[in-house]
Amino acid sequence: MHLAYPAVLAALLFAVGVYGVLARRNAILVLMSVELMLNAVNLNLVAFDVWLRDTLHAGQALTLFTIAIAAAEIGIGLAIVLMVHRNRGTADIDRLRDTAERPDSQDSPDDASADETPTGEKAEATA
Amino acid sequence: MTTTTLAVLVPLLPFLGAVAGLLLGRTAPGFVRPLAVLPTLAAAALAVVVAVRQGGGKAIEAATELTPTGSVPIDLALYIDGFAALVAVLVGVVATCVQIYSTGYLREDPRYPSYAALVSLFTSAMLLVVYSGDLMVLLVGWEIMGICSYFLVGHYWETPEARAASLKAFLVTKLGDVPFLIGLFALATDAGTFRITGVLGAVASGGIDHPTLIALLLLAGVAGKSAQFPLHTWLPDAMAGPTPVSALIHAATMVAAGIYFTARLLPVFAESAAAMTVLAVMAAITMVGSALAALAQDDIKRVLAYSTIGQLGYMAGALAVGDRGSAVFHLLSHAAFKALLFLAAGTVIHAAGTNSLTAMSRMSGLAKRIPDAYWTMTVALLALAAIPPFAGFFSKEAVLVAAEHTALGDRTVAPAGAGWTVLVAGLLTALLTAAYALRLWLRTFHGRGAEAPDHGRQPLAMTSVLWVLAIPSLGFGLTVTYLDDWFDGNALTPTLTTAVLGTGLAAAGAVITYAVWRTLAARTPVGAAAPHVAHPDAEAGLVEAEALRLPHPAEDPADPGRALLGPLHGPAADGFHLDAVYRAAFVRPVLAAASLVRFLDREVVDTYVQAAGNSAKGLGWLVRRAQTGNVQTYLSALLAGSVVLAIVAVALANAAAGA
Repeated sequence: MHLAYPAVLAALLFAVGVYGVLARRNAILVLMSVELMLNAVNLNLVAFDVWLRDTLHAGQALTLFTIAIAAAEIGIGLAIVLMVHRNRGTADIDRLRDTAERPDSQDSPDDASADETPTGEKAEATA
Repeated sequence: MTTTTLAVLVPLLPFLGAVAGLLLGRTAPGFVRPLAVLPTLAAAALAVVVAVRQGGGKAIEAATELTPTGSVPIDLALYIDGFAALVAVLVGVVATCVQIYSTGYLREDPRYPSYAALVSLFTSAMLLVVYSGDLMVLLVGWEIMGICSYFLVGHYWETPEARAASLKAFLVTKLGDVPFLIGLFALATDAGTFRITGVLGAVASGGIDHPTLIALLLLAGVAGKSAQFPLHTWLPDAMAGPTPVSALIHAATMVAAGIYFTARLLPVFAESAAAMTVLAVMAAITMVGSALAALAQDDIKRVLAYSTIGQLGYMAGALAVGDRGSAVFHLLSHAAFKALLFLAAGTVIHAAGTNSLTAMSRMSGLAKRIPDAYWTMTVALLALAAIPPFAGFFSKEAVLVAAEHTALGDRTVAPAGAGWTVLVAGLLTALLTAAYALRLWLRTFHGRGAEAPDHGRQPLAMTSVLWVLAIPSLGFGLTVTYLDDWFDGNALTPTLTTAVLGTGLAAAGAVITYAVWRTLAARTPVGAAAPHVAHPDAEAGLVEAEALRLPHPAEDPADPGRALLGPLHGPAADGFHLDAVYRAAFVRPVLAAASLVRFLDREVVDTYVQAAGNSAKGLGWLVRRAQTGNVQTYLSALLAGSVVLAIVAVALANAAAGA
């Protein structure tokens, strides 16, 4: 099989993943997009491993490695999203903006930080 | 123990007492009183032993150099001659009396521990000045006294008067201390040493190149410390401190230091006829002016304060005619009766519940309430007015005799003009002194009006001290024939001419005052009782602090001082408006300069600082706008940045490869 097929497929998968990470509003979908990007990389690793006829099969070994780490990552990520959802009632990334710079903080930084403390505590608790 | 060891212990003991008192004041209140009284008492006893061993003979000298200083050496040196030995005894005795008196006077004062420790430190600093044989070590004691007086005058710092008075005392004495320090350096440069013996040796061999300049610079410091015109204005205001502090400052320490210092270095001053003349004129103005002012004061302690300035004027006058024996003799006897006067005045203020003479003159029977204070104060006032055979008579006569001899040319240490100035001013002041002493006595103890309030007997700690001090006030002058050997050997005994003149003038002043008082008393009705303190039964220190804030009664027509002074009364009561002159001449320009500096700092310098800060803040504000809190925005920016960087890297690589 020609290298172009898996390479193009991986590029497409990666592009879809990037779009999902940057544009989706649901945190779970963002995590899924991250998985897409990881798998695109895995696909590339396997394809190039075969194409280069690597005797040590470093690409395949690395792929197994990535799959294991991705499993751990998605586990923690989902747990975090679950806790955020329980605390906030939403997993919408657009509404999780606790670290935003308030427009009024220029004049009275003390008040702004005082306003932020409750949400800041919540964010800590969720993390 | 050797005499040197004992002499070292004399200033050291009160110092250790002060340190221990400050450390233990809060944790062990029971030790405060013994720690205040015992070291001072021991120092007084040791000073007596040192004086007995010294015996007016050869000076005891000892010195040790702690560390080489490179240029003029500074030694820890002792130099105890007859002057030092006697003055140290006086300081020890008066300080002990003041400490004992304070245990009764400030019995319930919450700040008593720090107060007692500061009094001990004050005493120790004065003893250091007295015994020191090195001018730099002397300066250390001199400056410690300055700061102690600041703290002690401001003891009642809740009252604005006390705060202002303590600042004024500190600033005015410091104003003199700056030229004093420069003078000391100049003297040491000329003499090549800070040791007093070395300096005197250099003077004897003519090694001082600028005697007038040095003497005038040193005189500024002396005038500040010893409250001589024109730097005397701090002393009357220092009455805002507790009475025992006034007694200590006026009798044994602080003001005595200036006179004592001049007596020590008199040969330096005598090198310059100009300095002696300046000192004589200063003393004359101080004497007459303060006596006039004392006649017009209404506050009993201010009368005594102005009288202190006047008596210091006598001592400065004696120094101006080059007779340090009579100056220190007057210093000793004045210390005894002035300490007594102040301590008795403290008792009077406690008993009367007011410090105003007018208020006291409107109550009768005050003498019966406080017989101890009445009798001892009578003795002290007779000594102040120089009535024979009280102590003040002999010492004042010694001053006048020295002035007369200089004026008539029998002594040539000082110019004859200085002698005449001191003699005439001294005789005039003798008249005025008797007048204000009698006025004080009559108005305090012979008032007419309602019975004085009865607060029971005064504490024994307060009354016993009065009698102890009454002994030297009464009898110290009789030792005059033995004192010659302790000093320079000049005869201190009175001569017939000055004795008759001085006593006659004093008697005349007293008779005139009494006649005026009788006439006015017969003519004017008894005035209404003046305001008193709200809590007359509180302990003495609290009553005094409260009396400080009382309004003084309006002009009293029965005041003999008013009739005697006539049109001078107004200016005299206000200290001849010297404070107003200083305010216009110094305080206003300084304040104006300060506001100019404030303007420059706030409006000019700060503008640059503010601009630098604001521009950084504005830039930060712009950058912070990008902080939206949305992770996806950040990631998009990150991605875009990576892509741009990658493109740039590839383009550069191609360009490099192409080239």
